Amino acid sequence: MASKTIHAIYNDDDLLMQAVKQVRAEHYHIEEVYTPFPVHGLDKVMGLAPTRIAITSFMYGLVGLVVAILMMNFIMIEDWPQNIGGKPSFSYIENMPAFVPIMFELTVFFAAHLMVITFYMRSKLWPFKKAENPDVRTTDDHFLMAIDAGSHDVKKLTKFLYDTGAMEISLIENEEDH
Amino acid sequence: MYTLPSKLKLFAIIFMVVGALGIVSGFLTAPSTTAEVKEMMAGHGDGHGSDHSAAEESHSTPENHVAEENHGDEHSQAANEHGENVHDSEEAHLEHILHQMQNRPWSALYIACLFFLFIALGTLAFYGIQYAAQAGWSPVLYRVMEGITAYLPVASVILFVLLLLSAFHINHIFHWMDPELVDPESSHYDKLIAGKSGWLNIPFFLIRAAIFLAGWNLYRYLSRRNSIKQDEADDNRWFKKNFKMSAGFLVFFIVTESMMSWDWIMSFDPHWFSTLFGWYVFAGMMVSAITVIAMISIILKKQGYLEFVNDSHIHDLAKYMFGFSIFWTYLWFSQFMLIWYANIPEEVTYFVTRIEDYKLPFFGMLVTNFVFPVLLLMNSDYKRVNWFVILTGIVILAGQYINLFVMVMPGTVGASWFIGLPEIGSILFFFGLFVFVVFTALTKAPLLAKRNPFMKESKNYHY
Repeated sequence: MASKTIHAIYNDDDLLMQAVKQVRAEHYHIEEVYTPFPVHGLDKVMGLAPTRIAITSFMYGLVGLVVAILMMNFIMIEDWPQNIGGKPSFSYIENMPAFVPIMFELTVFFAAHLMVITFYMRSKLWPFKKAENPDVRTTDDHFLMAIDAGSHDVKKLTKFLYDTGAMEISLIENEEDH
Repeated sequence: MYTLPSKLKLFAIIFMVVGALGIVSGFLTAPSTTAEVKEMMAGHGDGHGSDHSAAEESHSTPENHVAEENHGDEHSQAANEHGENVHDSEEAHLEHILHQMQNRPWSALYIACLFFLFIALGTLAFYGIQYAAQAGWSPVLYRVMEGITAYLPVASVILFVLLLLSAFHINHIFHWMDPELVDPESSHYDKLIAGKSGWLNIPFFLIRAAIFLAGWNLYRYLSRRNSIKQDEADDNRWFKKNFKMSAGFLVFFIVTESMMSWDWIMSFDPHWFSTLFGWYVFAGMMVSAITVIAMISIILKKQGYLEFVNDSHIHDLAKYMFGFSIFWTYLWFSQFMLIWYANIPEEVTYFVTRIEDYKLPFFGMLVTNFVFPVLLLMNSDYKRVNWFVILTGIVILAGQYINLFVMVMPGTVGASWFIGLPEIGSILFFFGLFVFVVFTALTKAPLLAKRNPFMKESKNYHY
């Protein structure tokens, strides 16, 4: 069964925000919005669930902290204790101030890198992936809203979208439903 | 317009009276002779017995006399005569404790005075930054900030009187003010302090204090006046004046704040120095100030006054509380780690005295000033929960008081510290005064600086 999607293109982010609000008020289903840059507040007006990446970031930070502690404990205390500046490394806690910068750096390192990797995985992005954006202009200066036409009257929907300020409207027929 | 609730007024006055009683009793119970000190130490019994015997032990070793920055030289002198006459040394020790105990109520008063002064001063700097940056989010909070800075003139007068009392040797919390230390003929001659006397001498010290306080108060007076004039203006003339003046003030402020921290805090340990001390004091000051701005905004909003302040404004203030708490910790650690690592005797004494005699407050403040705010305010949503901000704010303010306590007390009272009547009395007194002055000032002008050119943006501010 073929599904129909309407692509409405806007050339201004404020206009897009207004249009998203109006479309949602009319209970049409927005499949996706493609923008050349992050539009502040768009996720809220689209009604997307808030991101949970901050929580993962916190947990990754804790992992980094633990890795730093275990690593420095092994390197500097267990494996090869040295006498640096009259401070023999026989006890982790007594030498702890020297390790704080490493603990801090690894916390940040783990939080940042693992968060980016999580983001890529969650967004289904990986090397050599074919771009999903339906119109190359969305990488430059245009905004595209994909609306599920479903069983709506396409003519009425098109007229409605035109009134929201869309500068270009096209009907896409997908061969396969996905 | 905000009107001062009579309950709040009564509350503030009760705090001042109770606090004043605490301060007075602190002065009255301070010992005046070594015999009284002996009696007090004996009377303390087992509770503090171990403490004092530890202190006594530490006083009998020459290294620790050097570590005791404060009266170090008197004591290394005393230590030389040690072997000859044990009785003399005990008498000298009691004398030493006596001076510390006499310093305690003064130090307590001084710390509390400085703590509330810093809240007003930090708020003034924050206010100046908002103007100079032409911030769009904060103008709805300007009148709250102006209310808090209204405490600055009051605090300045009290602080200057306290500094004058020290300068005229009514109290001895500033050890370097002792003229014998810079007199080469004297047996108490201290080469290091004498070498610094070009900067650390009483007339110059007072002149500097006067310049700092006058400069800050001048900016406070003019910016407040312009802000009120702007309410009725037809153009942005007064706003522009404030903008230019704020930029100038911030330059003046950061230079004078740094010197102020050397004069009013670092000179309690006159042999010791730290090059980032000004920043360290600044960070603590900013945390306290922003916390108080957030708390007063929340309180006024609860009472239905700041209807134009929304959750996003509180959120932003909480972000600053979070950020500056980390900044404070960063500076605390930067100062600590370098000195700890290098382990140079003349530098490390500062931390040795603090870790030996002030272990609980010294490390405890890392929990209140770092771990607690970081964990509580990390989550974005929690920054909008008002009672969360208030709760964290109370802990941060307590921690910042301890921060100041640990900066000042080791240099003035050494190991003879305790958070008791004089300390709590002083806090209560200045808290009452602060609340009274600030909330009275809030009634003097509309709580919305209505003609500020960024007001519309600020009212609609949304994160």
